[in-house]
Amino acid sequence: MEINYLAVLPEIILAVVGIVLMVIIPFTRRENQPKLGYLALVGLVLAVIATVLQWGRSDVAFFGMVFQDNFTQFSRIVFFLSIGTIVTASISYLEQDRLERAEYFSLLLFAAVGMGLMAASANLIMTFLGLEILSIATYVLAGFRRDEMKSTESALKYFILGAFSTAFLLYGVAFIYGATGTTEYLQIAHKLAGPSLSETPFPAFLLLGLGLLIVGFGFKAALAPFHVWTPDVYEGAPTPITAHLAVASKAAALLALLRILYQVLPGLIGDWQNLLWVSAVLTMLIGNIAALTQTNIKRMLAYSSIAHAGYLLVGLVAGSAKGAQGVMFYLLAYAFMNLGALIVVQLVGRRNEKTVAIADYTGLGYRYPGLSLALSIFLVSLAGIPLTAGFSGKLFLFSAAMESGMYWLVGISVVASVIGIYYYLRVLVLMYMRQPETEIEAIPLPMAVRVVLVIMALGTLYMGILPQTVLNLASEAVRF
Amino acid sequence: MLAPEYLLTILLIIPTLGAAVVLLLPRNSLGAIRATTLVFSLVAFFWSLPLVTGFDSAASAMQFVQNVPWIRAGGFRIAYHVGIDGISLFLVLLTTVLMPLAILGSWKVQKNLKPYMALMLLLEAGMLGVFVALDLVLFYFFWEAMLIPMYFLIGVWGGGRRIYAAVKFFIYTAFGSFLMLAALIALYFINHGDSFDIVQITDRLASGQITMPFHTEMLLFGAFFLAFAIKVPLFPFHTWLPDAHVEAPTAGSVVLAGILLKMGTYGMLRFCLPMFPGASIKLAPYISVLAIIGIIYGALVAMVQPDVKKLVAYSSVSHLGFVVLGIFAFNLTSIEGATYQMLNHGVSTGALFLLVGMIYDRRHTRLIEDFGGIAHRMPIYAAMFLVIALSSIGLPGLNGFVGEFLILQGTFLSSHTRAAFAAVAVILAAVYMLWMYQRVFMGKVGRDENKSLLDLRMREVLTILPLIVLAIWMGVSSGTFLRKMDTSVQKVVDRIEQVKDMQIMSVENRANQN
Repeated sequence: MEINYLAVLPEIILAVVGIVLMVIIPFTRRENQPKLGYLALVGLVLAVIATVLQWGRSDVAFFGMVFQDNFTQFSRIVFFLSIGTIVTASISYLEQDRLERAEYFSLLLFAAVGMGLMAASANLIMTFLGLEILSIATYVLAGFRRDEMKSTESALKYFILGAFSTAFLLYGVAFIYGATGTTEYLQIAHKLAGPSLSETPFPAFLLLGLGLLIVGFGFKAALAPFHVWTPDVYEGAPTPITAHLAVASKAAALLALLRILYQVLPGLIGDWQNLLWVSAVLTMLIGNIAALTQTNIKRMLAYSSIAHAGYLLVGLVAGSAKGAQGVMFYLLAYAFMNLGALIVVQLVGRRNEKTVAIADYTGLGYRYPGLSLALSIFLVSLAGIPLTAGFSGKLFLFSAAMESGMYWLVGISVVASVIGIYYYLRVLVLMYMRQPETEIEAIPLPMAVRVVLVIMALGTLYMGILPQTVLNLASEAVRF
Repeated sequence: MLAPEYLLTILLIIPTLGAAVVLLLPRNSLGAIRATTLVFSLVAFFWSLPLVTGFDSAASAMQFVQNVPWIRAGGFRIAYHVGIDGISLFLVLLTTVLMPLAILGSWKVQKNLKPYMALMLLLEAGMLGVFVALDLVLFYFFWEAMLIPMYFLIGVWGGGRRIYAAVKFFIYTAFGSFLMLAALIALYFINHGDSFDIVQITDRLASGQITMPFHTEMLLFGAFFLAFAIKVPLFPFHTWLPDAHVEAPTAGSVVLAGILLKMGTYGMLRFCLPMFPGASIKLAPYISVLAIIGIIYGALVAMVQPDVKKLVAYSSVSHLGFVVLGIFAFNLTSIEGATYQMLNHGVSTGALFLLVGMIYDRRHTRLIEDFGGIAHRMPIYAAMFLVIALSSIGLPGLNGFVGEFLILQGTFLSSHTRAAFAAVAVILAAVYMLWMYQRVFMGKVGRDENKSLLDLRMREVLTILPLIVLAIWMGVSSGTFLRKMDTSVQKVVDRIEQVKDMQIMSVENRANQN
């Protein structure tokens, strides 16, 4: 065990770029500040390179604090890709809404650092630190439209509930430490590997710790019954930050949970499978059913993202390598389709997000065929129709659960998916099948955002039609 | 000359490529868009002809097979595996025949022509894919992907309640197919995760290499059957059909009735019977009852429809009931009859919807009461309509007769009662069709609007003529078609017989032990 700086090089790069940004900001004119986003983008590209270079390496670095393994690298790619997309989309968003403060980008980069550390973490303390770095940055970002009541409400809600849930998490860490005497992943796993649960000194502490950890991560990933904050926070936050909350931050929580469950606590598999089975069913049903009645598209996508966390849980519950690999695959697929959808929502929202009702999409298909086509691809993928990443992802997740003998869970997931189709279709109906009642206002489409949308759409189709490569990488990523 | 293994793949690529080309054309050059679409659909038709000429009727294995790995990672083995046998051969042909005609039938579409034509071609690719796919995931892929173009065709270019109809169509079908998805994943694991290969799984189940407990078989059968029954649609899952048919544009109805519904009955033949013979035998009496209810109910409801298109739609429920009845009578005659009836229904109902579309284009109404005495004004139209109506009724000498006769004969072998009930519907079909014909075409021209009606144009005649020729050809020379099906259908029947024999033997064994 050495220090191995390479293992955390991506995070170092991002932190340095974030700090450099902070230093430059005071010397930059306000109207030029959004352009600093490109600097953040450069940092992200470098971080991705630093990540890719580590593919295949396996080590425990920093005296047992972080892992250097494919799981970390795959997770980082999901995070950095998401944050990169969000940064690109935010540049024009900040200009348009006159929110020209480049701290925004620093905060996003710090969030990326936190997420990277969460995925790499080999120690419960490190996990907690990563989560805090992520959360604090995100609390501020959620309230970035500070003159807006909704945005402030969003930030406050997220902060208070988030702080509360972090306490649960920390409490869980304490119990696990109490039961095993260590916070290091490998050592905990080692201690639990030998004797059966009842022979460990404090079995109740372990179970309590497990439950509290699930509560903590469940809150961040918006799993039912800890999802109640989601719609309000997603609706009030600036749309790019909604995308961050719905995709990156959720992925970070789920991936950290995945590593703990699969690598640290496989001994408690029966217990966490039962807990998460219930949560998966609730999450899928609540998310999909509540989404049916929404009139605001951000709220609809908030509930939809709850539902998707449920599908991901189905893979987690499977408790097999196939399940874990399905989760990895689906998270990347989900990143492509949901980020894409939310960027379109951001664009259609126009200045100051005044048009975010689902009804505002009426007749959009004829005025903006390209934009509508992109949104259609993303929604069809979210609905899980073949040719798209959403379908292949669901196929892999449900297969894993089926292989583990969870027929009922698969049955419920399938029914929940059908409910989901209805509200995604509704947007398509409005876009293509109804005529607008008033003239459609112009939507500015900056080149950078167009490029991002095309990448997201191609990614969605690529993973749908030729999932082979990504699935292969995902299966390599879950060899713990 | 290309190796035969690429024939089907290229057949799938032709319409897809056509859709891409159409999308690249300028939006306002309507003529070019129509011509391009037609050309691509015709190319697909001619490309599909070698499938018939090169088809070996004696071989029981799949033909024109291409099998390459598609997804082979992370413990999944999914293949791009296509091929056809005697059952799917003609369904592929039906698709390639009907598509150019459906496109000719939508010549009058003005609104958003470009996406319309592109979607038609994509739809063709999707449907062909369903009929040639030999891997469960690939099959599902096409099965679901094809929903999207159909959904848009109904929802954007349809009639007054198009949105309701489109969403209903989509949700109904999706519900069935998602359950099927769960079932096909289960089949994969029953096959020890070796492959999603339809041929392999069917063979292994037949040879006893892989087995499943009976309750699993029933569950899986249920999931597959529900998906197919909704698509067919079998009574009581038929309620989406009248809505979708009535609201869809003409070409949409033609494709829906002519080809799409057959995907359900095709699925039963390809999956339900060979993979789950035990469950099929066990449930056949109940399914047959549903089919007979559908046959009679569809005919009765068709009789009282004021709208011609709705009448044709309900007649589909009745006709497809015949097909399901034939499939679940489990003998060579009945199943061949059912397969033949699928083709007949595609030809005659496809033509009926085209004909209804032609009169609708002229008068913008389809209500029977708005017409009367049309034969005086449009003699060619009336004559063509009559031939097709008679083919749909099942007049000897035309195609419909052969299918219905074989189904009734085959059903009679397995159950006299069922055949008797089904035969009633043959009379009912004559009633609703001829009564409608009488009210629309005979008598005096009552309304002023009908006095100025023009007879069919050349293009319209050309749209219907091939189908009339086909109806007569299939009526007089049915052997040509049936011979090619024999081996494949026999294989399905053998599988059922094998299970029946085993059941009898186990009963005898038990009796002997006692």
